Amino acid sequence: MGILEVRDLVVTVEGKKILKGVSFSLEKGKIHALMGPNGSGKSTLAFALAGHPDYPVEEGRIFLNSEDITELPPNERARRGLFLGFQYPPEVEGVRLREFLRLAAANRHEHFCEFQKLYLESLAYFRMDELGDRELNVGFSGGEKKRSELLQMRVLRPKVALLDEPDSGVDVDGLRLIAAGIEEAARLGTAVLLITHYPRILEYLPISRVFVLDDGRIVREGGPELAWEIERSGYEAVRG
Amino acid sequence: MKRTSVGLTAELIEEISREKGEPRWMLEHRLRALEIFRKLPMPRFGPDLSELDFSDISYYLRTVEPVGSWEELPEEIRRTLEELGLPEAERKALAGLGAQVDSEVVYRSILAEVRAQGVIFEPMEEALKNHPELVREHFMKVIPPEDNKFAALHGAVWSGGTFVWVPEGVEVAIPLQAYFRMQTQGVGQFEHTLIVAEAGSSVHYIEGCSAPRYTKAALHSGMVEIVAKEGAHVRFTTIQNWSRNVYNLNNKRAVAYAGATVDWVSGSLGSKVTMLYPSTILAGRGAKTENLSFSFARNGQRLDLGAKAIHLAPDTSSRLVSRSVVQGKAKNVFRGKLYVAPEAKGAKGHVECSTLLLSPEAETETIPTLDVRNHEVEVGHEATVGRVSRDQLFYLTSRGLDEAEALSLIVNGFVSPILKEIPFEYAVELKRLLEMSFAEAIG
Repeated sequence: MGILEVRDLVVTVEGKKILKGVSFSLEKGKIHALMGPNGSGKSTLAFALAGHPDYPVEEGRIFLNSEDITELPPNERARRGLFLGFQYPPEVEGVRLREFLRLAAANRHEHFCEFQKLYLESLAYFRMDELGDRELNVGFSGGEKKRSELLQMRVLRPKVALLDEPDSGVDVDGLRLIAAGIEEAARLGTAVLLITHYPRILEYLPISRVFVLDDGRIVREGGPELAWEIERSGYEAVRG
Repeated sequence: MKRTSVGLTAELIEEISREKGEPRWMLEHRLRALEIFRKLPMPRFGPDLSELDFSDISYYLRTVEPVGSWEELPEEIRRTLEELGLPEAERKALAGLGAQVDSEVVYRSILAEVRAQGVIFEPMEEALKNHPELVREHFMKVIPPEDNKFAALHGAVWSGGTFVWVPEGVEVAIPLQAYFRMQTQGVGQFEHTLIVAEAGSSVHYIEGCSAPRYTKAALHSGMVEIVAKEGAHVRFTTIQNWSRNVYNLNNKRAVAYAGATVDWVSGSLGSKVTMLYPSTILAGRGAKTENLSFSFARNGQRLDLGAKAIHLAPDTSSRLVSRSVVQGKAKNVFRGKLYVAPEAKGAKGHVECSTLLLSPEAETETIPTLDVRNHEVEVGHEATVGRVSRDQLFYLTSRGLDEAEALSLIVNGFVSPILKEIPFEYAVELKRLLEMSFAEAIG
């Protein structure tokens, strides 16, 4: 059994069925890619897995580390080691990144000194020393927001990281940094699900498994070669 | 326990004055104020006060004899004050403390260095005996009884409070504090705080209130008068957390002479109904005021707040900032008023009100009044209303914060521009209060 097991997930949003029975499994310490065209349900899947109240699971189960987390609120999922890196992280005025992350880390039973060390180290790692005392995502550029999400992942050390398009709106240097952060997390044992519709970032990363989501279903699953097939031939070709 | 007969009569006023052993002029002042109170109408704006029954309130009561040290306080009162973190604040060598239990100041301690600087920091009643001329010169001169019905009521029945006088050029390094509490249901508190800062002096006064819950409506109608003479700097911080049955109807006003600065920092959390509009009259060239207000209105509360700056002299400046949070079925009103007189050339004024609504039933109203009588001014006004978005909440909870923590973080962030202006121990207590409140609301 994988660290994250998703079985026959059905999710309806505002009366429209977006996920129509999605199943897959993530392995500890591996990087998995979830690809699919716009509107295929990738972000819905990420929100539903993380427990967003607007994306309720209608059918199916989610297991994290063999525990059924389908009915748990988002914070309980997070406390058990699930992390969602947002495609569009919201701005929260007046709340400093440091302060927020310290609270989040405290909930994960991190000792303060350990947090402080990891936090400062991670700021340097993602070259965002100047962002630590800024308000959470307020006025961050697209790239800064993505790096901030990765920084949060690095500090929280999740068992499973769902990263929703960490590569969009990021320049080449930023992309290398983000790829390095993902690879490091996997090396330390995190199971990563990298959600993207653009295979460029995959060039930088050792991908173990690729899932292709289309119209609410996983239509293909395979090794890294599947990503190159998509890059060459587009989604039409892999739909089969 | 001694308790005056319920109801408001000239006999009652005479009894209070006799009991306190006041000079004749004060009794006459009280009786005149009572006449004015009877003639003046209720406020024509703001919250519904129709449930307030003036004949059903005790106007003067004393439960505990004055004591000189912490240990002498009755245990029950000591415990309540300890829950507010008072002894700790004391240990931190705050300049002194007057804890008002019911209508008498029962406990106070003044640090030797403050006294050595020539500062007067005394209960009003004592100051009236020890410094009669100084008190008479200033008492209810900034806010006369004619000003409004509650000012008149206060003038008639005031009891307790603090007198502060800072000699010329003296800077009081540590804040002066007083705590006010109500003990018995149906008891009104009418404490009077008068601060006179002589030229070039500076002082920070902190007033914090917190009261246990009562079953019957109570009235609190205190008054604060501040006189900041040439170049003086007075900062007045209040945190109000009355129980939810209290009508909290206050008058607070300052006069700032040339080059003087008066800062108001006000936090309003409790009460059933609050009306509070700290004002500064900028009477001399270059006088300044900053008025920072934050409020948190919850189920059933009606907080009617505001700030005023009256620019009467050239080159005066004011900044009125408010941050209001409304949760559940509650209403918050903020009235930001700037008046700039024809002779106040070169005046600068800025009003900024932001509200954060936490529930669909929460109500807010922002009422700016900019009355500008000359053209050589810079005045501005901005108002915003926001709601906590589901996306923000989800974002924070997806990192492991529970909903109460997430809301509390967002609200703390929202009020942080004001919160950072209040003393540390209060900020910590406030954060805790907010968290407790959200945990309660979410269940």
